[in-house]
Amino acid sequence: MDTIFAVSSGRPPAAIAVLRISGPAAFDIVSRIAGALPTPRRATLRTLRGGDGEALDQALVLTFPGPATATGEDLAEFHLHGGRAVVAAVEAELARLPGLRPALAGEFTRRALENGRLDLAQAQGLADLLAAETERERKAALAATEGEISRAVADWLTRIAGVSAVVEASLDYSDEDDVAAADQLPVTADIAELASDIAAVLKRPTVERLREGVTVVLAGPPNAGKSSLFNALLARDAAIVTSQAGTTRDTLEAVVDRGGSAFLLIDTAGLREHTDDAIEQIGIARAGKAVDRADIVLWLGEPDAAPAGAVLVHARADAIDRTPAPAGAIATAIGDPVSVQRLWDHIQQRAADLIPPTSTALLHRQQRDRVVAAHTALRQAAVESDLLLVAEHLRTARGHLAALLGVDATEAMLDALFARFCVGK
Amino acid sequence: MFHVKHDFDVVVVGGGHAGTEAAAAAARRGARVALLTQRPERVGAMSCNPSIGGLGKGHLVREVDAFDGLMARASDAAAIHHRMLNRSKGLAVQGPRIQADRGRYLAAVQELLRAYPNLVVMAGEAAELVIERSRVGGVVTTTGQVIHARAVVLATGTFLGGRLFRGSERHEGGRVDEAPANRLGEQLRGEGLPIARLKTGTPPRLDGRTIDWARLEPQPSDADAWTMSPMTAARALPQVACAITRTTVETHDIIRGGLDDSPLFGGAIEGQGPRYCPSIEDKVHRFGDRDGHQIFLEPEALDDATVYPNGISTSLATDVQEAMVRSISGLERARITTPGYAVEYDHVDPRALDHHLHLSAIPGVFCAGQINGTTGYEEAAAQGLVAGLNAAAHACDLAAVKLDRADSYIGVMIDDLVLQGVSEPYRMLTARAEFRLSLRADNAETRLSPLAIAIECVTPARRAHITARDEQRARVRAGLADGAPADIVREIEEDQRYAPYLARQADEIERMRRDEGIALPPLSTLNDVPGLSNEMIERLTTAAPRTLAEASRVRGVTPAALSTLWLHARKLQKQHA
Repeated sequence: MDTIFAVSSGRPPAAIAVLRISGPAAFDIVSRIAGALPTPRRATLRTLRGGDGEALDQALVLTFPGPATATGEDLAEFHLHGGRAVVAAVEAELARLPGLRPALAGEFTRRALENGRLDLAQAQGLADLLAAETERERKAALAATEGEISRAVADWLTRIAGVSAVVEASLDYSDEDDVAAADQLPVTADIAELASDIAAVLKRPTVERLREGVTVVLAGPPNAGKSSLFNALLARDAAIVTSQAGTTRDTLEAVVDRGGSAFLLIDTAGLREHTDDAIEQIGIARAGKAVDRADIVLWLGEPDAAPAGAVLVHARADAIDRTPAPAGAIATAIGDPVSVQRLWDHIQQRAADLIPPTSTALLHRQQRDRVVAAHTALRQAAVESDLLLVAEHLRTARGHLAALLGVDATEAMLDALFARFCVGK
Repeated sequence: MFHVKHDFDVVVVGGGHAGTEAAAAAARRGARVALLTQRPERVGAMSCNPSIGGLGKGHLVREVDAFDGLMARASDAAAIHHRMLNRSKGLAVQGPRIQADRGRYLAAVQELLRAYPNLVVMAGEAAELVIERSRVGGVVTTTGQVIHARAVVLATGTFLGGRLFRGSERHEGGRVDEAPANRLGEQLRGEGLPIARLKTGTPPRLDGRTIDWARLEPQPSDADAWTMSPMTAARALPQVACAITRTTVETHDIIRGGLDDSPLFGGAIEGQGPRYCPSIEDKVHRFGDRDGHQIFLEPEALDDATVYPNGISTSLATDVQEAMVRSISGLERARITTPGYAVEYDHVDPRALDHHLHLSAIPGVFCAGQINGTTGYEEAAAQGLVAGLNAAAHACDLAAVKLDRADSYIGVMIDDLVLQGVSEPYRMLTARAEFRLSLRADNAETRLSPLAIAIECVTPARRAHITARDEQRARVRAGLADGAPADIVREIEEDQRYAPYLARQADEIERMRRDEGIALPPLSTLNDVPGLSNEMIERLTTAAPRTLAEASRVRGVTPAALSTLWLHARKLQKQHA
C-alpha cells in the first residue's frame, strides 16, 4: 500500500492549509521532514525542512497512529501557513520522497471506506458537504455546463455511431450490394470533422477553471505601485473572499468575486534583474512563476519589458513626476475610482474570453482525459487505411465517450447500421 | 401406457444443430447421452438456408471445431460451394462460408454421431421435464416413457409454441410438416420462466430446372482449397456455382399489393423478427427508396434441383409469392416447390441462464439454440457445445466450462445473451466482439485447443493433430517457415502485423479479467447498497451480473453505480477476510 498525501482543508490560499499523509510510511516521512516525532494526537510546532535543509514553513504537526484514525492507517497532519507558495513547496518536497505520492481524487475517503472507518452514506454526505461550499450560483452554472457536456458527448457518440455503422457494414456485410459502396463513402472526412469539433471543446478551459477563477497577476519593477493597485482593485465593489499574507518571501493573494466570476489576484515581489538579498531573490523567482501561470498579467513597468500579452498599466498616473501614459496603456490613479473601474472593465473583458458563458460545454479534468483519448483515437482513424484498424480506433473512441455517459456504444452503432443499410438475407 | 426406465447422464431434447452438438459434446466428456427427437431420420437437418459460416458465423464454426465439434467436419463432407468473405480485408474479418448439399450434410452429422458409443438417438417427443425435489430428473415423452437423467439440454428450436404463417394460412408447428412441442412450453411457463415470442422466416424454394441460369450473373466457388475444419485433408465433392439476381420495381409493387393478408403487417405476428434477416416485405417497406434487392440463388444439393433464393424470405400468400418470383429476372418461369413462411415461437429470456447456459431456476436444465432467442445454425451449434459440455459436467461432476469475451465469439455471444437478453433474434456479427482483432476464424485452434484439451473433450486423433500443428506454429514463430502449412504461416504473419494492437487489447483484457474476479453481493441485497438508485437496482436485478465486469456491461448501468458496487464489494470482501 502506498503512502499518500493531499491538502485536505480546501484549496489554498486560506489562513491555514491542513496537509494529510496516510499510509505505512506516514510517520517515517514526518520524522524526515519535521524532525523528532511529536507525541501522538498532540499539536506540536515544528520547522519543516526540505532535503537540502532549507526551511519550508513553521507548521503544527500532529500524528495519529492507526487503525483508530480517519483512514484506518497511520495518519499525520501538517497545519501549514495557507499561502499557495508554501503549500506548493511542501507538496513538491513530499512528492520527491520515495514511497509517497499525491492522493488520487477521493482516495482518502476510499481508504476510509475500505478500512471500515466510514460507510458509503457517510462518504456521500461528505461529498455533499464539500460540494455545498461552492456558492449556489456557481453550482447552478456547473450543473448547466454538465448538461451541455452530456449533450455534446451524446452528439459525438451519435456521429461516431454513424461513421462506425458504415465501416462495420462494410466489414460484416461486404457481400451485400446495399453496402458495397460503403468503402467509397466519405468516412475519413466525417471522422476528421468530428475530431476537429472535439478539439474545439478540448481547447476550452475545464470546469475546474470556472470554479477556481481567472488568475490575475500584478507584476513590474519594485515600487511601481503594485501593492497600492492591488488594494485598489480589491477596495470597491469587490467581495473579498480571502486575503492572506504569506511569509515575507511569499506572494500576496486574494480571491475576488465580480459579476459571478471568480478572480484570483496575485501581487508579486518586484521584478529586479539583480539583487544580493537572498530572500528577495526567492520572491523574484516566485513572481516569475506567478507570471508564467497567470491568465492575465497586469504589467506596471516599461512597455518594452512587458511579458507577452500583458495588460499595460500606467499606475500612479496622478504622481507629479509621471510621464504621460504610453500608447495602449491603461492609466490608473488610486485616488480616481473611475480609472480603477476602467481597469476592471478591461480585466473582465479579457476574462470573458477565458471563462465561457455557462451554456457552453465544459469538461471536468477526468472527463477531459477520456475525451482526449477519444480524440486521439479519432485522429488515428482519420489517417488509417486498413478498414479493420479504422474500426478498432472508432471502437476505442466510442468506448471512451460511452464511458462518460454509461451507455452501450456497440448497440447504438448497430442501430445506426440497420437503420441505414438494407442488409441481411 | 407403460413406463420404461432408462438411465442416462444427459438427455438432449432436439436433434437440430444445437441438440446434435450438445449430445456429441456431452458424449466426448464421457457422459451417457440420449438424444430425443421426433424424427431420428431428420437429425442434423438444415431447415432454412443451405449455407454454413460467414462473418462472425464462420468464426463460431471454427471455434466449435476446436472442441472437436461436428459442424465444421459435416460442412466439409457436404460442401458444394465455398466462399471466403472479405478476402481483401484483414484475417480478423474474413469469414469462411460454405453451401452444403442438404442430404449429405444431414448424413454426415448422423454418421459423426454414430461414432459415439455412449450416445443413443431415441425417437419420441418430450412432453415434460421430470422435476424431483426442485431439480431436473429427466424427461417424460408424450407416450409416457420416462427417461431419467441428471441433466437435460433443451434444444427445441422453434418448436416451443411454434406457429407457422403464410398469408392468411396458419399451422401449428416448428417446421413445415412437423408438430410443435406445446406441453413442454406450458410447463416452462408454469415454472415461472420468463418466456417471450420471436419470429423468423424462410423463402420459397424453387425448382432449379425452371430457372434461366444463362441470363444471370454466376458466382463461382473459391478456387483455393480451404476447408472449414483443419482436420479435413481435402474437399470431398464437386463444386457448383451460385447466381445473383435482383428484385425489380415490379416485384416491390406486387409485394405492396399483397400486404393486406401479410401476417407481419396485418398484426397476426407479435414476435419481433431479426433486423439483419428481414423478410422481403420488410425490406420493401423499410427501404422504399431502393429500386432492387439482391438475391443469391443457392443450389441445395448435387442430385436434387431445389434452389434456395437467399434474400426473399417471406410470409405473403402463396399466389403473391408466385407473382413476386416471376417478376424477377431469370425467374420468369420458375416454379415454387415449397412456398416461404414465417414462424413465430416461444423462447426463454436468456437472462434466466448463467454463462454455462444453465437455467438456475431448475437445476440440471441447460438451454441451447433458438430457445435462447438466437438465430442461425452456427449460433445454435456453439451454444449446443457449451450446454453439452456443462450438462456433462453437471451430471458427472466434472469441471464446468466458461468461455469469455476475450477468448471466443462463443464467449461474446453467451455473455451478450445472459446479460443483455434479446429484443430480436440474436445473430453473431464481428462488430459485437470488442477483441475482434485477436478473435479470428483462422486462429480458433490456437486460441481454444488448450482449453479443449484441458477439459478432455477431444479425441486422440484431434489431440495428435493439435500437437503437430502447435509444433509447426512454434517453428514458424522461430523463423523456420519452410515446409510449414500455408495457413499457419499466414496466421503467424497476421499476428505480427497487428501485434501493437493485440498488445493494447491484451491490457484491456487484463483489466476485464481483473474485474471478473470481483464478485458482486447477492442481488437480493442490492437494496442495502447505499447510493444505488431504484433504476440501477432494477437493471442489475434483471441482468443478474455476478461480477463487477459483468455489471459494467449491463446496459444503462452508470459509472457512478459501478463505483458504488465496487466499493460495496470491497467492503464485503474485507468483512469476510
